[in-house]
Amino acid sequence: MGKIIFIEHDDTEHVTEFRAGSTLMQVAVDNAVPGIDGDCGGECACGTCHMIVADEWFGNTGTVGDAEEQMLSMTPERARTSRLGCQVEITEAMDGMTVHLPEFQM
Amino acid sequence: MVNKKKDTTVIVGGGHAAGTLLTALLQKKYQHEVVLVSDEPHPPYQRPPLSKSYLAGEVDQSSLYLKPRSVYENAGQQLRLGVRVEGIDRYAKSIKLSDQSTLKYDRLVLATGSHVRRLKAPGSDLKGIHYLHDIADTDALRNQLVPGKRLVIVGGGYIGLEVAASAIKKGVNVTVLEAAERLMQRVTGPEMSTFFYAKHTAAGVDVRLGTAVTGFEAGDKGRVAGVTLADGGNVPADIVLVSIGVIPETTLAENAGLLCDDGIVVDEFTRTDDRDILAIGDCTRHRNLFFEKMQRLESVANAVDQARTAAATLMGEEMPYDSAPWFWSNQYDVRLQMVGLSQNHDQRVLRGTTNDKGFAVFYLLEGCVIAVDAVNLPIAFMVGKQLVQQRKSVSADALSNTDIELKSLI
Ligand SMILES: Cc1cc2nc3c(=O)[nH]c(=O)nc-3n(C[C@H](O)[C@H](O)[C@H](O)COP(=O)(O)OP(=O)(O)OC[C@H]3O[C@@H](n4cnc5c(N)ncnc54)[C@H](O)[C@@H]3O)c2cc1C
Ligand code: FES
Repeated sequence: MGKIIFIEHDDTEHVTEFRAGSTLMQVAVDNAVPGIDGDCGGECACGTCHMIVADEWFGNTGTVGDAEEQMLSMTPERARTSRLGCQVEITEAMDGMTVHLPEFQM
Repeated sequence: MVNKKKDTTVIVGGGHAAGTLLTALLQKKYQHEVVLVSDEPHPPYQRPPLSKSYLAGEVDQSSLYLKPRSVYENAGQQLRLGVRVEGIDRYAKSIKLSDQSTLKYDRLVLATGSHVRRLKAPGSDLKGIHYLHDIADTDALRNQLVPGKRLVIVGGGYIGLEVAASAIKKGVNVTVLEAAERLMQRVTGPEMSTFFYAKHTAAGVDVRLGTAVTGFEAGDKGRVAGVTLADGGNVPADIVLVSIGVIPETTLAENAGLLCDDGIVVDEFTRTDDRDILAIGDCTRHRNLFFEKMQRLESVANAVDQARTAAATLMGEEMPYDSAPWFWSNQYDVRLQMVGLSQNHDQRVLRGTTNDKGFAVFYLLEGCVIAVDAVNLPIAFMVGKQLVQQRKSVSADALSNTDIELKSLI
């Protein structure tokens, strides 16, 4: 258990509770955070769960897979710390993490 | 003091479209009462895992739910689950429920989805013949998938093939019977069909094309023992899965006199011919500004896009449905991603070689990209999405030349 803070493009903050083992996409969706649709349910198939992890937390989120990289490479607001939320499994070490949401999804 | 009563919006159905509509309405802070009535005992859930990870036993039931039920209820939305809507009275603006109660509506949204097409043939009521549409169906089928059993799948569409892939991994003997001359004929081109045929046969699935089923043979205790074929042959079976497509669920709409044509007819704002009734998802034949013709689609993308369009319509915003359809399927280590509708193409262009390492087929009509199917090549799907949405004219040479970066074609 712990907290993850999602910040929308217009700076609206959503403080959410998570359980380790879930994914960033699922936590956002379960909390109805606007801008994260997760339409394919986490299959890395739709690209509607793009998030930008705060710099200092990026190292905690694991590595970007090949399929994820291909999907991300086409998102207009790609940043250095971009991830597909469904590909980031949450660990206890992420308690307090801040994640920014892009203005648009794919 | 004027005590203005809130309007009530009732949603019929509890699938992907209905669930996405609930979410869109709560995110838009919709001011009216929202009541969802679904005959399933579950809060809105996603069906794709039913033939994939949930069938394989990799995820649990609660992970299928689009959201925990409490999220809707905390936002004031009501869920009446396990209750069937039996009729619509458009003049009284009320619906009749299976628990004998009635419910008044100001706006009604039909999200009744589709039901499986049944195979009407001798023996079709034998035990051991399965269909796959809801959680209970998958639970029942999964229990039967034990090593050594013989599973015969009638229908070589993507659902049948996803089940084949899961079942063969579990040590089940799998036969797929497809009446057409190639797999997934309705949704994809010949290159993809050939590729998936090779994939399944290499994995040990006995795939028989051009094979029509005429009925089922009975064994002990009313259980199915085999499938009979049009050529006079038969295939022994312990379990049968019939997966031959779906039919839009339009009974309520038809009985209420709404315009239907193999689907509830709606415009690009998801409005039926009754201004107080909208319809979304698998149950609709709809206008999408992206196409000239009316469409009926069975996909998550269509369900969610129409749900979001309906939310906008209910909010009084005008946001027509105009996005290109997309789809995915998982079989073995292969992820197929598709965008656009390929049926009317006049040219196909292959990029890469047809193997697991990643390739794509571009479908063109008069030089413009109208659809893309990508196997383990997400970049082709993502680029394809833009090319299709823009109906971009791209030379076949550029599409097939792997020295040219796909991104540069946009
Ligand atoms: C096994 C399987 C795998 C799939 N895989 C994919 C995939 O990989 N990708 C993809 O894009 N799509 C996939 N699909 C298709 C996708 O799931 C559907 O297109 C989507 O579910 C449509 O959503 P819907 O809400 O319109 O309809 P449904 O999900 O069918 O929901 C309709 C709901 O309405 C209820 N209902 C109907 N009539 C009444 C009534 N009178 N009263 C009360 N309730 C009623 C039904 O019980 C049901 O809960 C798959 C479907 C299945 C079955
Ligand atoms: S939810 Fe579809 S790519 Fe992440």
